Amino acid sequence: MVATALRPRRIRHKESSGERLFGFGTVLFLVALMGVTIYPLIYVLFASLSNAAELTQHRGLLFAPLSFTFEAYRRVLENPLILTGYRNTLFIVIVGTALNVFLTALGAYALSRRNVLLRNPAMFFIVFTMFFSGGLIPTYLLVGQTLHLQNTLWALIIPGAVQTLNLIIMRTAFQGVPVALEEAARIDGANDWTILFRIFLPLSWPVVAVMILFYGVAHWNSFFSALVYIRERDLYPLQLVLREILISSNVQNMATDVSSGDVLAIGETIKYATIIVATLPILLVYPYLQRYFVKGVTIGAIKE
Amino acid sequence: MRTATTSLEIIAPLNLPKKGRWQTISRDFRRNKHVYLMLLPVLLYYLIFHYGPMYGAVIAFEDFNPIKGVFGSTWVGLQNFQDFFSSVYFGRLIFNTVAISVLDLVFGFPAPIILALLINELRWNPFKRLVQTVTYLPHFVSVVVVVGMMVDFFARDGLVNQLFATNVAYMQSAEWFRQLFVGSGIWQHVGWLSIVYLAAIATIDPQLYDAAKVDGADRFRQMWHITIPGILPTVVILLILRMGMLMSVGYEKIILMYNPLTYETADVISTYVFRRGILQADFSFSAAVGLFNSAINFALLIGANRISRRLSGHSLW
Repeated sequence: MVATALRPRRIRHKESSGERLFGFGTVLFLVALMGVTIYPLIYVLFASLSNAAELTQHRGLLFAPLSFTFEAYRRVLENPLILTGYRNTLFIVIVGTALNVFLTALGAYALSRRNVLLRNPAMFFIVFTMFFSGGLIPTYLLVGQTLHLQNTLWALIIPGAVQTLNLIIMRTAFQGVPVALEEAARIDGANDWTILFRIFLPLSWPVVAVMILFYGVAHWNSFFSALVYIRERDLYPLQLVLREILISSNVQNMATDVSSGDVLAIGETIKYATIIVATLPILLVYPYLQRYFVKGVTIGAIKE
Repeated sequence: MRTATTSLEIIAPLNLPKKGRWQTISRDFRRNKHVYLMLLPVLLYYLIFHYGPMYGAVIAFEDFNPIKGVFGSTWVGLQNFQDFFSSVYFGRLIFNTVAISVLDLVFGFPAPIILALLINELRWNPFKRLVQTVTYLPHFVSVVVVVGMMVDFFARDGLVNQLFATNVAYMQSAEWFRQLFVGSGIWQHVGWLSIVYLAAIATIDPQLYDAAKVDGADRFRQMWHITIPGILPTVVILLILRMGMLMSVGYEKIILMYNPLTYETADVISTYVFRRGILQADFSFSAAVGLFNSAINFALLIGANRISRRLSGHSLW
């Protein structure tokens, strides 16, 4: 079409002063919003690197650490509870996410097949659980008592093995894989397992990355099932340890060598250092995964 | 126009008439045995961990005794429900649940839409990406850390009181609980929730904007007449589905935030279930309260889903 070819690539019009003011206001507002969003984390970072005594004297915002020191980090990393918390959380994240992604992929593949008789009944069976649940107490009695998972890390992994929304996201992605590829493989004698692991998963890598991110972050950040099922402190995941330190203000065992007056001061910096230690791993991988998760959210929201 | 006859179906047609139903089923199982093998663990998971508790919820109608088990405990009918409806906490729990939910709906729902519209107005792409990266970030911070920071910043000698030269114990006062709960929720998730709307904006045909510019529409008119109508279907669907969750509040965060001083405004149905059931081991009563909440959620979601399907053709299933 000649007309399309001649169409200017971008139509410009002169902006009125009102529009320019609006544009300027928008930028200003978003800069302020970014400040409010990111500053609390920056404050925590600076405070964690500050001298404890100076920090308690300080009033107002921080724009740099006060007398830069790693003292609080030294105490945090010497705390056995933090270390076992890290170990338990790593176990949950690695084993849990692997199981999550594996089962979700199996379910998503099966439910993306067009010529399976039980597909729709199975889909209903699964989606119904998004609408109705038996509730916290029967789940607790089942997992903790009937299945004897109380005080095991499996109680934090198995009951959430598949998240229905993630299953739907992955199924949508699988439905977009061209049929021709699958047919070619089948003619070459491939069965469903080969097709799933050799064709569907590699082709849907961005969605697999999103699944790893969603499940992994959920495991890393989860505290509630541990609060319900775990009583032994040796088995506390990181978030439960954090809850003790941050919210119940239990920092004594990290400041045993100082007088009681200093415990309060050092306790503050220990809290901040704990936040950084527990959040940094996620903040470090996050920018690399950003382009993937935008895709995941979009697939989940826009259903055919 | 769906003539999706793949060559697979030509090799093995799915529904041949005149063949017996059992033959169809057995052929389906034979052809799809690997698919069913994959489906099996997933269905087992749902059966055990989702349908199991639904069955276990019958203890709401019993005087459950862990030693006697679900089968052996005494049946008491609706006694636990009646106890809950006549308890002094009933009114407060319902009110708090709805109040927090409605506040979150009024302030938390429009916030990401406004953010998406503002981000869309940005002309310089690196800045646009920066705003997105920064505002998405808190979504990945754990709720324990968020509440931990609030406990610290909103303490009597905390940063907020220092900055405003005030002396308020925010976390210990019932009148501040809802504002802090809803506000911190917006802080944490507004960027993340804006992704959906930005994606919807991205699907709008750019020629519409060109045509509007030719007609002399300024940026406000473009936003009002093109962008907002363009994302309206998404907004409507998400709003309706949000209405279906009116009685389910993010109780994990409340459990971290509240304390006996703030129960008056902070205690919702699910936190009450947690205290009575898990902490006080009052299983039957708390299971009844939980079941009551589940039933309301179910009715609301079904209703919302039906409205959504009728209005927009979109639904959860």
